[in-house]
Amino acid sequence: MGQKMLMKGNEAIAEAAIQAGCRFFFGYPITPQNQIPEYMSKRLPKIEGGCFLQAESEVAAINMVYGAAGAGARVMTSSSSPGISLKQEGISYIVGAELPCVIVNMVRGGPGLGSIQPAQSDYYQSTRGGGHGDYRMLVLAPASVQEAVELTQKAFDLADKYRNPMLVMGDGLIGQMMEPVEMPDYQKDPELPEKTWAATGWKPGCGRDRAIINSLYIDPAVLEKHVNHLYEKYAAMEANECRWQEEMTEDADYVIVAYGTTARIARSAMRKLREEGIRAGLIRPITLWPFPAAPIARAAEHAKSFLTVEMSMGQMVDDVKLAVEGKKPVHFFGRTGGIVPTVREIITEVENLAKEGK
Amino acid sequence: MAKLTIAREICKGCGLCADACPKHLLALSKEINTKGYHPIAITEQDKCIGCAFCARMCPDAVIKVEK
Amino acid sequence: MAVVYEKTKLLTDKPLHYCPGCTHGIIHRLVAEALDELGVQEKTIGIAPVGCAVFAYDYFNCDMMEAAHGRAPAVATGCKRVNPDNVVFTYQGDGDLASIGAAEITHAATRGENITVIFVNNAIYGMTGGQMAPTTLPGQVTTTSPYGRDPALCGYPIRVSEMLATLDGPAYIARVSVHDVKHIMEAKKAIRKAFEMQIAGKGFALVEVLSACPTNWGMTPQEALKWVEEKMIPYYPLGVKKEVE
Repeated sequence: MGQKMLMKGNEAIAEAAIQAGCRFFFGYPITPQNQIPEYMSKRLPKIEGGCFLQAESEVAAINMVYGAAGAGARVMTSSSSPGISLKQEGISYIVGAELPCVIVNMVRGGPGLGSIQPAQSDYYQSTRGGGHGDYRMLVLAPASVQEAVELTQKAFDLADKYRNPMLVMGDGLIGQMMEPVEMPDYQKDPELPEKTWAATGWKPGCGRDRAIINSLYIDPAVLEKHVNHLYEKYAAMEANECRWQEEMTEDADYVIVAYGTTARIARSAMRKLREEGIRAGLIRPITLWPFPAAPIARAAEHAKSFLTVEMSMGQMVDDVKLAVEGKKPVHFFGRTGGIVPTVREIITEVENLAKEGK
Repeated sequence: MAKLTIAREICKGCGLCADACPKHLLALSKEINTKGYHPIAITEQDKCIGCAFCARMCPDAVIKVEK
Repeated sequence: MAVVYEKTKLLTDKPLHYCPGCTHGIIHRLVAEALDELGVQEKTIGIAPVGCAVFAYDYFNCDMMEAAHGRAPAVATGCKRVNPDNVVFTYQGDGDLASIGAAEITHAATRGENITVIFVNNAIYGMTGGQMAPTTLPGQVTTTSPYGRDPALCGYPIRVSEMLATLDGPAYIARVSVHDVKHIMEAKKAIRKAFEMQIAGKGFALVEVLSACPTNWGMTPQEALKWVEEKMIPYYPLGVKKEVE
């Protein structure tokens, strides 16, 4: 670990990416993530082999990522909700062509232009694919600037390991908030294989097959084989990469499920509820996909009910219900883009559940 | 004298080479290839001047020219 | 006996899927021959489009990437920025480049992106079955302009080469045709030049090639070449539109 610095989330993510060997960034301005491309535009030209390019659109940016990833580079793009919608076509192609890259979404309110304030209403889009076709992205949801740094660096290794795009999903607060950060002493996973598949130039007898970076499989039987191969990777991600944090769930009657900034607020609420004598617990998914169903299923054995809290009208709550399998009631409390739930609101929700015996 | 080698199985019988030949030495065969096309054939090999216009016009790189 | 002409090794042995008389095959050959002559096979990355040339990655005997519809210049940009010593080219049709990919080509051009673009203009969407393209001529009948393209309803064709030549970024822009052997030889020179510009680090080079689509134009291959000469060339004049020193 290096020296402790006070950094804005967006800038910390950008620096973490550079420390993890990201030398290429393609992006387009949109609030509230502009400090990422701005930071990259300052830093990358000063690093040997580094390149920052402001693309003509989100669509172009993600396709530049495709080209750079196909050429074997560690590459990143970032955006916020409406821009991520525009990138979906490219993300689907990147998945199909099995290219590694890191995408950051600093989520803002929607639908449409929505607002520029923090939100969590892109959960469905992020965890269900977003673009066309059968696929998944591993979705990492940090709850602090420090965790954003660590997960961003982890995302580069995971992208290379699985040859699949990784999504770092922060709500706008994570991007805009300043917190003390220690840049980890990043060490690349030594197990990662060479990118022998990359298109870097070929001639007969050069020791590898001709590289074809492609997502077109015109024969349905061959396509099915390819998609099955993708799903083997997703099964491995589910087995190996699911992350979450649990607090005081062992004896909890009421289990709050929340991620990102909302989880921090929920943690404060949970502690206050404990002081009041209500046995509350917290499960914080760190990977939104794969979703940590196991700890929720365990908690369902003894908890009275669950409260899912989101900055949306209720999207992750569906996954909580799937994990609970109808064994216990799953309640929901949410505010839409820009209106961050308060500690008081969450406490009241749980108090009411306790009062009504729900 | 020049020599044409025609990859009959790849030819799609479009006939563009025949129009390009300054000596009018190319014509579609009566027979068909396995793709169902009438491939091009040279009518009088000994009159070929080896200009390779046919090969340069061919969209399918069917023709090899030697001289 | 000496070989006067044979298929270049920069094309694979895979038979082309194009319709009989389609001039995509000629243009493939010219690009491959130019790369072969310049001796850059081991440095070359080709970017295939969406459209009839979608399978170009099966034909060019070099490393290839297949791009989403219209996005080849953005993919080429990412690829070239990572490995500036690579020779990177896109091969795109008129629907891909001039319609859905109009932004990507314009900005790659204005950035002076050091890539080579082969732009095949046959005035129609081929792969999807002959719909109206941004380059379809006024009055031309297609499956989505069954009464002929009416400029009052859907505007005029885009002259891509002239439009891009107004920008400061491009180093070389030319329009050529492949409707006869003489023009094929000239097209070859322009394509080779467009690669030489990239290798010399001069910047963005684009060659627009007027091409025939006998199937979707409803013509014989011979009639289609005549149509290129008599209808397309008057609307899309041939020649070098821009060349920097």
